Amino acid sequence: MSKSNDSIKKTLTVAFLLCLVCSVIVSGAAVALKPLQVANQEHDRRTNILVAAGLIQPREATRERVNAEFDKIQVKVVDLRTGQYVDHINPNEFDQLRAAAEPATSERLAVDPAGIRRLEHYGLVYLVGDVDNPDRIIIPVRGSGLWSTLYGFLALEGDGSTIAGLGFYQHAETPGLGGEVDNANWKAQWPGKRVFAEDSMQPRLGLASNPDPDHQVDTLAGATLTARGVTNLLQFWTGERGYGPFLAKFRQGV
Amino acid sequence: MATETPKTVLINPVFKNNPIALQVLGVCSALAVTTSMSVALVMTFAVIFVTAFSNLSVSLIRNHIPTSIRIIVQMTIIASLVILVDQVLKAFAYDISRQLSVFVGLIITNCIVMGRAEAYAMKNGPGMSFMDGIGNGLGYGMVLLVVGFFRELFGAGSLFGIQILELSKDGGWYVANGMMLLPPSAFFIIGLMIWAIRSWYPEQNEVPEFKITHNTKPGEAM
Repeated sequence: MSKSNDSIKKTLTVAFLLCLVCSVIVSGAAVALKPLQVANQEHDRRTNILVAAGLIQPREATRERVNAEFDKIQVKVVDLRTGQYVDHINPNEFDQLRAAAEPATSERLAVDPAGIRRLEHYGLVYLVGDVDNPDRIIIPVRGSGLWSTLYGFLALEGDGSTIAGLGFYQHAETPGLGGEVDNANWKAQWPGKRVFAEDSMQPRLGLASNPDPDHQVDTLAGATLTARGVTNLLQFWTGERGYGPFLAKFRQGV
Repeated sequence: MATETPKTVLINPVFKNNPIALQVLGVCSALAVTTSMSVALVMTFAVIFVTAFSNLSVSLIRNHIPTSIRIIVQMTIIASLVILVDQVLKAFAYDISRQLSVFVGLIITNCIVMGRAEAYAMKNGPGMSFMDGIGNGLGYGMVLLVVGFFRELFGAGSLFGIQILELSKDGGWYVANGMMLLPPSAFFIIGLMIWAIRSWYPEQNEVPEFKITHNTKPGEAM
């Protein structure tokens, strides 16, 4: 090792050249791979919606299949306060979770059973089939379990009350206990249950150890807090602060 | 050091001088990414790539690195390689990259990578450094895959996502051990592995730094 390596000039030169080479490599990779990454994220989001709604099995989620199924779905933005569609927001560019974090497009919840802290003003809905008379209505749901926030989708039949499916695509609940929200056998209990009783706006769905056969499913053994969280988040998002006003439109139609 | 050949440099870190088992480096990520075999395998390739190429690049410019900024130079190279791996995974293995989440980024802080760059690549030629990088990556990956094998098999009854033991919740006979999917189980398995490897190579046992004396007997204390 020659002493000249430690001169100020040499130090600065080495640092500068190294940074130049590294930044070219890193930015080159980031720019070149961006289109593939964006396509992956979009595919992942679509797969989550379709799987949660029970329209597709996870193992058959090839790109063609997902895109073909997703083409049957209409995406709309709903004002959660009124339940009406809004046209001034492009649903394909609307990021609901980002909207929930922005003070301008959300509000802090005083009563917060789902544990989400901020509620956005606008939410996405996914309608399968005809917009005015859909076969399925899919709404995003989220809320706190024991360790984590659970993110999922709830799919309803066209009457706005009968459940078609429920699935979570992201959570970190205890494997084997709260993590059983992913268990296919448990999820199979949901289809056919009803969110609301007749003539009521109050959501009744949930998890219980002695379930009411019309509205509730078996709770998760050993996961009291996760089960409570799931019940709360489902009731919140189908309730009057969530998508309740929007769903009411379809219930009147029946 | 005269006996070093590319082969010993490549093979030794796997058992004789394993970075996790002997040097007890890089344990943090070994706990996090071993819940399933496929994730552990991808992490193994990622770490092999980073250790190999960081060793190669550091070794290539080792005669020009000023000693005052050598750690920063190594970190910059390692960080660039890790970002490269992360970007490639996001583009070509999106599901796995989501499961690995922050742990790809944390390869930067993995002591194994930094340790080999500083301890080996700064003093040896590019070819040998490259082999040393691959060897240490393999040593890390070997532990990862063994731990992942036990955790996935007993925690989820499957290997690489293929069901081996029929789970009781799906009507089979095997009751999954949920603890295997939680981080502490990796501690136990790594501990048992270190025990096994040190029984095989007794020279790895460290000499105790001090001896614990006998307890004071009641009579002496009076």
